[in-house]
Order: sequence, then structure tokens, then C-alpha cells
Amino acid sequence: MNTEKNKLSPRRRFVNFLVHLLLAVLAVIWVLPIFWIVLTSFRAEPGAYTNTFLPQGYTFNNYIKLFTDRNVLNFPKMFLNTLIIAVFCCIFSTFFVLSVSYSLSRMRFGFRKPYMNIAMILGLFPGFMAMVAQYFILKAMGLTEGSMIRIGLIIVYSACTGLGFQIAKGFFDTIPRSIDEAAIIDGATQWQVFTRITMPLSKPIVIYTVMTSFIAPWVDFVFAKVICRANADQFTVAIGLWNMLQKEYIYQWYTCFAAGAVVISIPIAILFIYMQRFYVEGMSGAVKG
Amino acid sequence: MENNRSSVKNALLHGDLYTRLSAIIMGIGLIGHKQIVKGIMVLLCQIAFIFFMINTGIGSLQMMPSLGTRAQEKVWNEAKQIYEYTTGDNSQQILLAGVVTCFVIAAIVVLWIIQLRHSYSLQKQLKEKGHVPTFKEDVKNLFNKNLHITLMTLPCLGILVFNIVPLVYMISMAFTTYSKEDEHLMLFDWDGFHQFSRVLNMNGNIGRQFFQVLKWTIIWAIFATFLNYILGMILAMVINRKDTKGKAFWRFCFVLSIAVPQFVTLMIMNIMLQPSGAINVLLQNLGLISAPLPFWQNALWAKITVIVINIWIGIPYTMLQITGILQNIPAELYEAAKMDGANSITIFFKITLPYMLFVTTPYLISSFVGNINNFGVIYLLSGGGPTYVGDTAGQTDLLVTWLYKLTVDQQYYNLGAVIGIMTFVILTIVTLITYRNSGSYKNEEAFM
Repeated sequence: MNTEKNKLSPRRRFVNFLVHLLLAVLAVIWVLPIFWIVLTSFRAEPGAYTNTFLPQGYTFNNYIKLFTDRNVLNFPKMFLNTLIIAVFCCIFSTFFVLSVSYSLSRMRFGFRKPYMNIAMILGLFPGFMAMVAQYFILKAMGLTEGSMIRIGLIIVYSACTGLGFQIAKGFFDTIPRSIDEAAIIDGATQWQVFTRITMPLSKPIVIYTVMTSFIAPWVDFVFAKVICRANADQFTVAIGLWNMLQKEYIYQWYTCFAAGAVVISIPIAILFIYMQRFYVEGMSGAVKG
Repeated sequence: MENNRSSVKNALLHGDLYTRLSAIIMGIGLIGHKQIVKGIMVLLCQIAFIFFMINTGIGSLQMMPSLGTRAQEKVWNEAKQIYEYTTGDNSQQILLAGVVTCFVIAAIVVLWIIQLRHSYSLQKQLKEKGHVPTFKEDVKNLFNKNLHITLMTLPCLGILVFNIVPLVYMISMAFTTYSKEDEHLMLFDWDGFHQFSRVLNMNGNIGRQFFQVLKWTIIWAIFATFLNYILGMILAMVINRKDTKGKAFWRFCFVLSIAVPQFVTLMIMNIMLQPSGAINVLLQNLGLISAPLPFWQNALWAKITVIVINIWIGIPYTMLQITGILQNIPAELYEAAKMDGANSITIFFKITLPYMLFVTTPYLISSFVGNINNFGVIYLLSGGGPTYVGDTAGQTDLLVTWLYKLTVDQQYYNLGAVIGIMTFVILTIVTLITYRNSGSYKNEEAFM
């Protein structure tokens, strides 16, 4: 190996060239649709289908229309709805996920194994089974009309997050228990260990949990669609974008859809790229434990 | 020593007056054993329960066997000269009330057992040590020894009310006639296993569709899981090669595609692959094809397209997850193999793949389960289509998307519930066989 470091053999050089060429082709395939949607968001001519791959003219009007046209599809309102839901959902889910993960990782109690088995069994049911019935339950509680829909959606997004403990638990499992034990000998309570020792040591996974639960309401459209039904003023961003692609709107709104997709994607993409490190760490932890 | 365990039986056999009395009046045992605040709270629960049962609970349970009998009727109102509708029974609400009542009863039974056992253990503590924890000490313990109770109560409650109750409710629908077929949306009845036999009967229309969807679901899950896994691993290894330049840049390119919300990329892909969409336009402009390719119109094309696009979506995820694990493979293994003259293909199949399979079995299972339940990709890409006339299930529909169509679009709730249960049964079989045997499940504590 060492002899080859400075001088590459022709064969090796050729293989390297092929590998980089392959990566370049793959990268183009992976980036092209995203590049195309950004172009479409600046396209001047309307409609979903055009005769050319690249736009003929460029404009910024799609973004302006998206944030100012409040008559047909009220995007600013949807944005606000989603933001409110996301903030609350983020608070509850983070608390739920971290509490459950910490308890399962650090505490030993009789209900621990049964809980993990129940969580596994519940995970095997298709999500919709519960969703359709959830709608009826929310309806019985009066949370499917008017502005109560927001509360309904917050509940739906955060109530069952206690089942998604695997990644955070995997992370907590990697923190040596001797640290806890030392603190307890020094007179700390479990609560202090949780808040003063484990949390500061687990910043990556806390950030990961906060971000994933904040992103969830922005990217889910199935639950939102079932719960909101036809209440247009309660729509979230995802339903709005989905609606823009329906037959009655697509010609007028397609380029605005692209603009909306770009607007939503930029913050999420930034969060995601920032998070991916924790994602990798969390995954390898979760796989191990 | 037998009466040392605080079981219900022991509590009733060896308990003192207070303990035995608490079998009838809950909380008395606690109040009698100097835990007054807790005792009163338990007692209040019992009072609330009795109040609930008298008010609504007993009524709901009585309605359960019939699920309501009064149909909605049109009555001629002589005074107003119009037809008026009487409010008939709403079976769906009756069923929900019945299921909720059953859960309330189960909860009170659990509370009864807990307080009885607790009362007995307090009795023993009083006898042995002469004192029991005060309420203040109990609260303190909730943040120390019993922190898990504080932390887990709310999440568990959320799961119970918004996951377990809905699931039981939905499962119970499978045994009714609740469906738009024959207009059973308002008033429906128990139906036994009739819907199950419809689904499993290969000669009927529904049964034929079920087995067609099931076959495709399994093919899809196998392709989606293993192609993503193998190709993602190869990509991760190619990027991780010693000689590959600009590792971070390549990784960034692939991560970018998953950083964009999935439903956005899926909807874009759907539009791009339409007959007059961007891909067909591009290919036609380049002169490669003369007529648009039928990506969503032809069943086989649609199936291949969803699998390929799923690869496009899945590979970056696999790459991310596997990169970390790949770097954990002991380097000695590779060096030893190279000494023995193994080439890179042999190394991949003899070292990398077996190691990865060993470490990532749980991940593979969860991604297989995830793919069987992969609603988003199918629903947003092909919408399950193309659908043949007379079918409710399209050619690329998975069990979950069909379930969605049956319940939300068609309102065949009972059939939908049956499909959901069948999906669960299939997934349980797959998981039980593999998961229980995997090393990482058995040795959960080994890494602590």
C-alpha cells in the first residue's frame, strides 16, 4: 500500500477515474430533480407541463404571489397554522421522547420490558388503522371543528411519540452508567441526574429530537388531510402544496407550488444537513443497542 | 414466608380490616394505614367511576350487543309542511362509547389491584418498621427512585388514548357491517367473521384483489429493502474508498436530495414522469423516443418506476446510516484478507456483507416493516394506479394504500379494518421469526 501512495499505477488511476465519473453521473441524477424544481419556481410561463425542459423566461412573481394571494389558497395562513402546530408539537414530543428514552435506558422497573414489547407490537399496525379511529375520537371530543382542529392536530402529532424512543434510548445507552452512579453517591436524585448530567451530555440527541419533532408537522400531509377535511382555513402547508397540484389549481398554481416547495425545503434542508451527524451517531447507537 | 408477597390473594387472605375493606371501598386501606392524601385520591377515582357508570357507562354497555336499532326516519311535519328527519341511533358512536367504557372498567380494575396490594404492603411496613412513607416523601420519591412514574405517565396515557383505544376501536369495526356498501354508515350491526371470509376467499372480487395486493406488497418490500440496502452500502463504500477525492462533496450531493421534504420530491417526481412531464419532454427533445413513456399508465412500468424512485429516495438514507458502521469494521480483518490475496469482490462478500448483516439485522427488519407500511411513496407517486375497472385496488397499491382508499375514499370501514388486521398479522409473522432470533434483541444489555 505504501509504495502506491505516491505513484499510482495506470490501472489504479483508470479505476479512480471510473469511480469519479460514476459518482459524478450519480450526483447529477440525484441533484437534477431539485435543480429542476428551483428552476421551475422562477419560471415565468404558467402551467405544469411545458414543451421545453428549461424555462423560457425567469421571474420572481411566483414567490410574491405565494405570499400575497390570500383569496384562493391562503398560503400565509397555512404557514402560520403549521408554525403554531410545530412549536407545540415540538415541546410535547421532545418531552415525551426524552422522558421515555431516559426511563427505559436508565431506570429498571417491572413495566420496562412489557412497554418495549408493546411498542414493538403497536409499530406493526399500519398507521392508518389508528388514524381513522383517531378522527372519530377527536370528533367525540369536539376537536374537529374550527380552530379546535389545531389542538386536534397537535395531539395527533405528539400523543404517540412515546413509541419512538429507539434512537434516543440507543444514545443514552452509550453514556457510561458509572457517571450516574458517582452522582448518586454524591447525593444527587435521579431527577438531578436526568436534568443536570444526562441532558447536557446528550446535546446531539436533544437537538435531533427537537428538530425531528419540529419538522414532522411541516412534512406530514396524510394525518392533516384526514383531520382537517374541508376546513380550508385550518390547512397546513403540506395540504396546501398538495392542493396546488390538484386538477382545478394546477395550471395557475404549479409554479407557485415549486416556489412553496423551495421555501419549505430550504430551512428543513439546512436543519437536516446540520442534523445528519447526529442522525448517523443515533443510528449506529440504536443499531448497537 | 408465603404471605410476604403483596399479591391480591395474600392481601385478601392475610390483610387486616382496612386492607380487606378496601376491596369494596377503594382507598380505605391507604387511609387506614396513614396515607390519607393518596387514599382520598383513590377513593375519588372510585366515586368518579361509579358516577360515570351510572350516567353513561351502563347505558353504553347495554347498547353494545345491538349497536343501536332505531334507523333515521323521514317524518312528515304537518304544521311546517316539510319532511323532518328523526335522529336515529348512530352505531359508530355507540361502538366508540362501548369501547371507551371497556377501557375505563379495565383501568379501574388495575387501580383496584394496585391499591389492594399497596394497602397490604403498607400494613406490613407498619407492623415491621412502625412507619410508612409520608405523602411528602412519596412526592420526593417521584423525582428519585420512582422517576420513571413521573416521566412515563403522560406518554403512556397519550399512547393509550390515541393509539391503543383507536386500534381496538378499529379492530372491532372489522366484525361489523359498518360500510357504505348497502348503506350501513349510520346504523350497522355485528357481522362476525363475514368480512374476513370475503377477504380470504380467492374466488370473490375482494379476495382476488386482496391476494393481488398482498403479492405486490411483498415483492415491493423485498425489492425496496434489499436493493436500497445493497446499493446504499456500495455507494457508501465507493465514497469511503481511500482514493476517492472530495468525500464530503459527494456525500453532500446525495444528502441534499433527502434534505428536501419527501412529499415534495415525490409529488415532483409524479409530475415529471407524466406523459407530458419534464422527463418525457427531455427524452423527446433529445430524439431518444417518439412517443411518451407510460410511466404511470402501464402496470409493469408503474411497478418498476416506483421501485426505482424508491431507490433514489432510499439510497442516501442507507448511505448515511451505513457510513458510521462501515468505519467500525475492524481493520485487521481487511489486512488479513489482503495478506491471503483476496480481491475486493471476495472481501465484500466474505467480510463486509456478513459483518454488516450481523450488525444491521434489526435495522433491516424495521426497514422491511417500514416498506410494507410505506404509504407516502406509493400514494404520492402512482396513487396506487393504474386501476382496472371494477377494482378498488390499483396495480401498485400496497395493503396500506388500499386500506386508505377503502376507509377514507370508499368508506368501507369494515373491509379496511380487516385489511389492517391482515397487514398486522403478516408483519407479526415476519418480525417474530427474525427479530426474536437476532443477537441484538437477546443481548440488549450487553452493550451497557
